[in-house]
Amino acid sequence: MSAPTVSPSRKLRALSREKLPTRAVAGRSLMYAILTVLAIIYIAPFLIQVATSFKTDVEAASNPISLLPQTWSTAAYQKLFLNSDFPVWFKNSAIVTIFVTLGRVFFNSLAGYALARLQFRGRTVIFAGLIAVMSVPGVVLLIPKFLVINQIGIYDTYVGMIVPLLTDAAGVFIMKNFFESIPASVEEQARIDGAGTFRVFWSIVLPMARPALITIIILSFQGSWNELSHFIVATQSPELTTLTKGVASLASGELSQGTQYPLKLAAAAIMTIPVAVMFFIFQKRIMNTTDGAVKE
Amino acid sequence: MSKPARTSRRSGIRGGEAASGWLFTAPMIILLGMFLVVPVLMALWVSFSDWGGRGSPFGGNVKFVGFDNYSTLLNGGGLAEQDFGTALRNNAWYVVLVVPIQTALSLLLAVLVNRQILRGRGFFRTSFYFPSVTSSVAITVLWLFLFSSTGAINKLLSFIGINGPNWFNDPSGILHNFLQLFGVTQGPAALTDGSFLGVSWWDWLAGPSVAMTAFILMAVFTTSGTFMLLFIAALQNLSGEVTEAAMMDGANGWQRFWKVTLPQLRPTLFTVLTLGLIGSWQVFDQIYTGTKGAPGKTTLTPAYLSYQSAFNNQEWGQGAAIAFILFVIIVFFTLFQRWVLRERPVSKRRMRPYLTNPASAVALAATATPASTTKSGESR
Repeated sequence: MSAPTVSPSRKLRALSREKLPTRAVAGRSLMYAILTVLAIIYIAPFLIQVATSFKTDVEAASNPISLLPQTWSTAAYQKLFLNSDFPVWFKNSAIVTIFVTLGRVFFNSLAGYALARLQFRGRTVIFAGLIAVMSVPGVVLLIPKFLVINQIGIYDTYVGMIVPLLTDAAGVFIMKNFFESIPASVEEQARIDGAGTFRVFWSIVLPMARPALITIIILSFQGSWNELSHFIVATQSPELTTLTKGVASLASGELSQGTQYPLKLAAAAIMTIPVAVMFFIFQKRIMNTTDGAVKE
Repeated sequence: MSKPARTSRRSGIRGGEAASGWLFTAPMIILLGMFLVVPVLMALWVSFSDWGGRGSPFGGNVKFVGFDNYSTLLNGGGLAEQDFGTALRNNAWYVVLVVPIQTALSLLLAVLVNRQILRGRGFFRTSFYFPSVTSSVAITVLWLFLFSSTGAINKLLSFIGINGPNWFNDPSGILHNFLQLFGVTQGPAALTDGSFLGVSWWDWLAGPSVAMTAFILMAVFTTSGTFMLLFIAALQNLSGEVTEAAMMDGANGWQRFWKVTLPQLRPTLFTVLTLGLIGSWQVFDQIYTGTKGAPGKTTLTPAYLSYQSAFNNQEWGQGAAIAFILFVIIVFFTLFQRWVLRERPVSKRRMRPYLTNPASAVALAATATPASTTKSGESR
């Protein structure tokens, strides 16, 4: 990596820089200008969202761009937390997300491990089935899921909200690929020492699988927190409404007269916070393409 | 490897693996079977039945009606066919615009932030990716505000003297609007007379409505970050040598990108296009949250129509049939695109310009299609 010899690419780059200094500087500035404009386009909506949630209804309509409200108002937040079902929605989303994330971490890694490592008849069939299942577009399942949930009597219950999401084919696939990439020698050592399969999985393999498990945690947290269609078809009572469903009903005008943009934007902003926190905690891993790593 | 394991299954370090194997995969098999395979089969039955939503779809009074639900949608001549045609039209324009734009934009972002010399790379990557982690509901709420008649977008447009449209309430198609600038308000008889799925050809060519355009912009905004990450990962896996060879041969940055980098990105390009295509045929959350198909049914999509037919109109058979037609459409386009992007040897016609200079011809053949490296000399 830190070889003293100048790599050919660097030499070339240096050469072209010497040749055309003004042109290179101009090109560089242009690139930064483009990037900055793009970054502003990508960030501004969220800044406007937060700013507007602290405005009054009148100001939100008259001055939709300014990032500093003329009169700060927390009316939207007060109404959400003290005078609406918003806390219930938040609680439901949190419950579902926690159970789904725990379930997926456990079941996905269990199945992924079996498919990657254990030798048993029917493994290839199961794997082929998994691939087939992965290719079914989610939207096709809207009506069918309701039919089954209704048929087995778990419609409009937490069980109906959580259990169908407890595992996902893509997650199993990720775990299987990961287990195949780590050497089997450590586990074999433990097996020779007489540990049972589950013991080996639980106390040796799982701790080694941390990077992949974090991926699963990120994906399932984000997936279940942001899930909408499943909850639409699995529940109807207000006590079981999740954030996604609740905020969607807000958007179409329930709970409010007039446009009430500050209220809606405040709800959407709060809803974004948990995934945003998750995102910033695991940012390095999500952006797994590490900074400055040169592959030559 | 599996041979010795099988003979010693009952003893040694591989003991009891068959049982554990099934035990470990059982939760997944039960869950996916119960909530994925069984539902799909049940819905397939419903799409061939006249079940009305009461009682069990397997009850005695539910009749098998063959392809009735499908033919009502495809050539029933009624409102159902017209709605389905409209939904397909809307979603097709959505796909046609979203997929290429999001792919091109995410590639551009990836190339821009992948520069080694770039300052603040982390900041730029984070800002481009952030919209992808937020929920579609939250983003839709934000979009409804930004694109409202008094919203931020229209305010911005007013600064440059444009009187912005009332985005989410404007059902007019953007291609029709464009033609209107030249005084064309009525399509030629050839197009207005004929129709397909209850929608005249002229209306098929209306383009996405102004309301749908706002959703298209939203899709590009929220997905480009995810795909940018895929492209960044692919770019970092490219070997620098090929690019350096092209530099030595005097290819400029533009040529290097199109003739050297891009061909090597083909697998990622394929992934991004496939994921984009599959995702953009399934527009549901945004429509449910935002417009529910309005204005003038121009944001109706097959996914939302399927939900609406079943849950609001109790036409369960039709709803399920729409879902399966959508499934077929998605599979068809995925295979079609796979066929279009298949590996092809460089044709002689395209090789010719480079063959005047044998050295660079070989270099180029090597980068464009690795498989044909050795044959490039013989192909003359």
